[in-house]
Amino acid sequence: MLNKLNEIEKDALENLASAADEAALEAWRVASLGRSSPVMGVFSQMGALSKEERPLVGQRANQVKVALEAAFAEKQSALKQAALQASLSSERLDITLPGRPARTGRLHPATQNLRRILAILAEMGFQVYTSREVESDEYNFQLLNIPPYHPAREMQDTFYIDTGATEEAKRQLLRTHTSPGQIRAMRQFAAENPNNPPEIRIALPGMVYRFEQITARSEVQFNQVEGLVVGKNITFGDLKGTLAEFVRRMFGRSAKTRFRASYFPFTEPSAEMDVECFVCGGKGCGVCKKSGWLEILGCGMVHPTVLQNGGYDPQKYTGFAFGMGPERQLMLRHKITDIRYLWGNDVRFLEQFS
Amino acid sequence: MKLPLSWLKEFVDLTGLEVVDVARLLTSAGLEIDEIRFAGLPLPERDDHGFKISGIAWDREKLVVAEIRQVEPHPNADRLTLCELFDGQIVHSVLTGAPNLYPFKGQGRLPKALKVAYAKEGATIYDGHAEGLVLTTLKRAKIRGVESYSMVCSEKEIGLSEEHEGILFLEDDAPAGMPLADYMGDAVLDISILPNQARNTSALGIARELAALTGRALKKPDYPLATAGESVADKVGIEISAPELNPRFMLGLIRGVEIAPSPAWVQRRLRLCGIRAINNMVDATNYTMLEIGEPLHAFDYDVLARRAAGKKIVISTRAAQPGEKLTTLDGVERALSENNVLVCDQRGALSLAGVMGGAESEVTASSHSILLEAAAWNFINIRKTANQHNLPSEASYRFSRGIHPALAEDGLKRCLYWMAQWSGGQIAPGIVDEYPNPPQAPVVELRESDIRRALGIEIPLEEVKNLLERLEFRCQPGPADSLLISAPAIRLDIGTGLVGLADVMEEIARLYGYDKLPESRLADPLPPQRGNPSLEAEERLRDTLARLGLQEIISYRMTSPEAENRLLPNSSGVPLEYVALANPIAPEKRVLRRSVLASVLSAAEKNIRQRESLALFEIGAVYVPRPGGLPAEPRRLAIVLSGKRFASAWDAKVGVKLDFYDLKGILESLLDSLHVNVNYVPAEHPSFHPGKCAAALLAATPPGETPVSLGVFGEIHPQVAENYKISAPILAADFDLEALLAALPAGYPIQPVSEYPPVLEDIAVIVDEALPADRVEALIRQTGGKLLESVTLFDVFRGEQLGAGKKSLAYALTYRSPEGTLTDKDAAGIRSRVIKRLEKELDAKLRS
Repeated sequence: MLNKLNEIEKDALENLASAADEAALEAWRVASLGRSSPVMGVFSQMGALSKEERPLVGQRANQVKVALEAAFAEKQSALKQAALQASLSSERLDITLPGRPARTGRLHPATQNLRRILAILAEMGFQVYTSREVESDEYNFQLLNIPPYHPAREMQDTFYIDTGATEEAKRQLLRTHTSPGQIRAMRQFAAENPNNPPEIRIALPGMVYRFEQITARSEVQFNQVEGLVVGKNITFGDLKGTLAEFVRRMFGRSAKTRFRASYFPFTEPSAEMDVECFVCGGKGCGVCKKSGWLEILGCGMVHPTVLQNGGYDPQKYTGFAFGMGPERQLMLRHKITDIRYLWGNDVRFLEQFS
Repeated sequence: MKLPLSWLKEFVDLTGLEVVDVARLLTSAGLEIDEIRFAGLPLPERDDHGFKISGIAWDREKLVVAEIRQVEPHPNADRLTLCELFDGQIVHSVLTGAPNLYPFKGQGRLPKALKVAYAKEGATIYDGHAEGLVLTTLKRAKIRGVESYSMVCSEKEIGLSEEHEGILFLEDDAPAGMPLADYMGDAVLDISILPNQARNTSALGIARELAALTGRALKKPDYPLATAGESVADKVGIEISAPELNPRFMLGLIRGVEIAPSPAWVQRRLRLCGIRAINNMVDATNYTMLEIGEPLHAFDYDVLARRAAGKKIVISTRAAQPGEKLTTLDGVERALSENNVLVCDQRGALSLAGVMGGAESEVTASSHSILLEAAAWNFINIRKTANQHNLPSEASYRFSRGIHPALAEDGLKRCLYWMAQWSGGQIAPGIVDEYPNPPQAPVVELRESDIRRALGIEIPLEEVKNLLERLEFRCQPGPADSLLISAPAIRLDIGTGLVGLADVMEEIARLYGYDKLPESRLADPLPPQRGNPSLEAEERLRDTLARLGLQEIISYRMTSPEAENRLLPNSSGVPLEYVALANPIAPEKRVLRRSVLASVLSAAEKNIRQRESLALFEIGAVYVPRPGGLPAEPRRLAIVLSGKRFASAWDAKVGVKLDFYDLKGILESLLDSLHVNVNYVPAEHPSFHPGKCAAALLAATPPGETPVSLGVFGEIHPQVAENYKISAPILAADFDLEALLAALPAGYPIQPVSEYPPVLEDIAVIVDEALPADRVEALIRQTGGKLLESVTLFDVFRGEQLGAGKKSLAYALTYRSPEGTLTDKDAAGIRSRVIKRLEKELDAKLRS
């Protein structure tokens, strides 16, 4: 009987070796481990064995059954592995075919750029203050120390609204800068506590308008970002330090600044600030006309008359203000040579900004 | 303003400074250089100066002063001459066609040699015959049988001016053989003068700045004024009727002038400044204006004397009367207004004060005596007048910035001097000066603490005094360690009190050097932080729309009513009121937009041919007129979708078009992300397809009130689509951003997530075609109660087996309890209640 078991094991293992697929393996399992398999047959004949033979045969039969089961499992796993290999090697994609385009939305480059500037200013404590675009002559000019017919009006060619008013002082206009917001903000905050108005640190972004022909270099509308700081201890040194820090955050820690004298009716002393060319790092390139510097903003100490008009006593308060054209920075950074692309709404242009 | 460097050097020593150094100094002090035009001086060696450069340098070997000794006719050409020319070394025979040499033709050896600019072979000059400025290099050539290798130059050829009528004659004492660059090489600075720098609209003014910036001395012109004959006061009187418009008026007289061209160097200098040379008298007024900064006006004295008919001439100034007319010297008859100020005599108006002279009394070739006016005018009136008559002139450019009345005297004397020098005339003794309204010289009291407060730095008053005196401020010790500063009588831009302090502070900072002022960090307390919730919400909306796959656009705010009328199927709508521009740049940009949707549709029209699908949005203001006040500027959101739903790919070519439900899906996602609940109702809007248009109404409306509409959306009316030349269906939304942002909740609660398994089942019901699907869903939800977690419509089916006018709606329902596992029995109970109500209230039938 023990010999028979040895033979059963040997035959079964031999047969197993030749099972080449799942079906053959299953047939082998039924034949070699099924109810009517030889090894199971041995178990059913146990009753006919002698008392002495029974434990020996039983033990051996069990060994054979376990061995066959193990062999089966091993074979099964090998077959599975082989099938997987076969399928993996047959499924080859041409990975150079283009992917299916995903629909992506984007913000307008001017929005992206404006946000970047405002985010930096926000880090520095400047809160965003927005105000209207159609303004009165009073807010756009007079309260900013630009009386009617003042020569400074020539610095800003103006779109006027057709209201029937002809007298310059009473006309409505499209704001030529976001500065009327300075007056609106000061008056709003001063009204909260007229005897001791709160300090101010705001950024004023928004669309402004200039009477120009639309060409590659000039536009009728563009964004402006102004900053206004008013307090009891604000100096020109603070203006320089704050703007230098803004520039370092905007253009990199090593970006240098340069201040030149200038004139704006609403600030005094007034300055133009140049920043080391952020295209070439100051080495000189076509963008900075080889000078290594780019003119990016105008600034100055808030004129006492403007503080007064805003409800802030210039004896007690000083302040500084600055204004820049974000689209100019955008154009310089991306080497955009035609300003008309900005509001031309051509998706082929807009899609290039990620 | 254009000024040659040579002129500045007359008043300040610029030794050791290159042209670009001078330009850099001026730029740092607020006198920006628009361009440097080289006329002879060497161009900068390095190219990192950052200035715009034009013009040419003159080769010292090849461009020299030469003398023409004899002019002979050309053997083969009437219009050419052959000159015997000495270049300092050898004598050449030079061919020229200059008409201003004809008079000397065939006279043999000239008694006085003609001094000229001579270009040798290989010299690079401008081509005199070419349009514009084209450089050319002189080569050997044969012209009509005569060999030519060099030439005598016109002003244009050496880059002095556009003049190419004849050759340029130099002064008689110009030394032959001297390099032309050494004799008169120059560079012209085009300086942009800021509105508060009227004092710098002259060579002397700029030189003063340079002297102050370099710490060098300013060399003011010093000249004798010899007079003879009867005094002016005997002949002429002045009456000023409105001193606030005319604070000062002065007259001088010069007799026996010979009207002739000005000296060559004067003409050259004027042309470098961009001013035409006319004759010695007119040139003297222009030259003095450029030199000193005071615009002057010359009258023909004899004309005025004739008009006065033997009486003493009385010059008066007054505001014009409405309806009055004057013919100015450009020959134009001008209708005057009360803003204009006139200079008159007994007979009537002579000139438009400070802007332009009159035709009758102008200086002509036959004038013998000149009455010279120097005056001060109210800058606002000058500006109004120049604008009204569209007459920007060199005079109005200066007067409209505010020229100090004191300058009238300097200008008058200097101009009389030049007139006498250039014409042989005799200056009459005395000057008639009417000065009823001298400006108060402001005095500013400055302390070191003021400087610290404004500039954040300590500058000793001694140093301040030193700086300011360079600009001719007078500084004296004042009370309590202060400095009393008075402005020089050349500037009206210094105020009093705090304003004056700021004005002086700017001068201190400018001369001290902005770059030397310290940088500091804000030490002031951080102001109350307010935020800008409205803008933040707007930006959140932008982000959400971009995330949903839409491209943001930004359009011009200026449009035309016709462009916006394209929103209507036919132009039948009631015309909208617009905010209109008084001075539009073009008819198609003459009003401010009323519709953002029109902007986005225009953008779609422009792009549709570039892309198989478009998904655009814009957020921005529209402008609504309000009587008697500034317009309202409510913000709106517009969305436009058109084209294919899915992008084409190499294995997906079926082009399903975007439709209403794509747009609705975007809006649902948008409003969900904003936590704003709305009800969608069918709507009518002229721009939209009548059957495919909906409005989004705010759900949270108190009973009895009309729900707020956030906007309309749907498929654009086919006729409107045609207006925009788009054939595919266009889906569009036009939302009221202010209403939407007002509806944003302050916050929103989050639902707990159940741990227990759901029971899932589908039900399909057959209802009337006309029944809106949202009523079925609402009823299911209402009946299902808390245990019904979700209801999703997954199929809409129409077919014969359902019968005409019927549709089947199939929903996937999810039941779940937060408190325990639901059984099928629980679910069946809810289901049967749902079905019962659907059958009863909506006449629905369960589809089995």
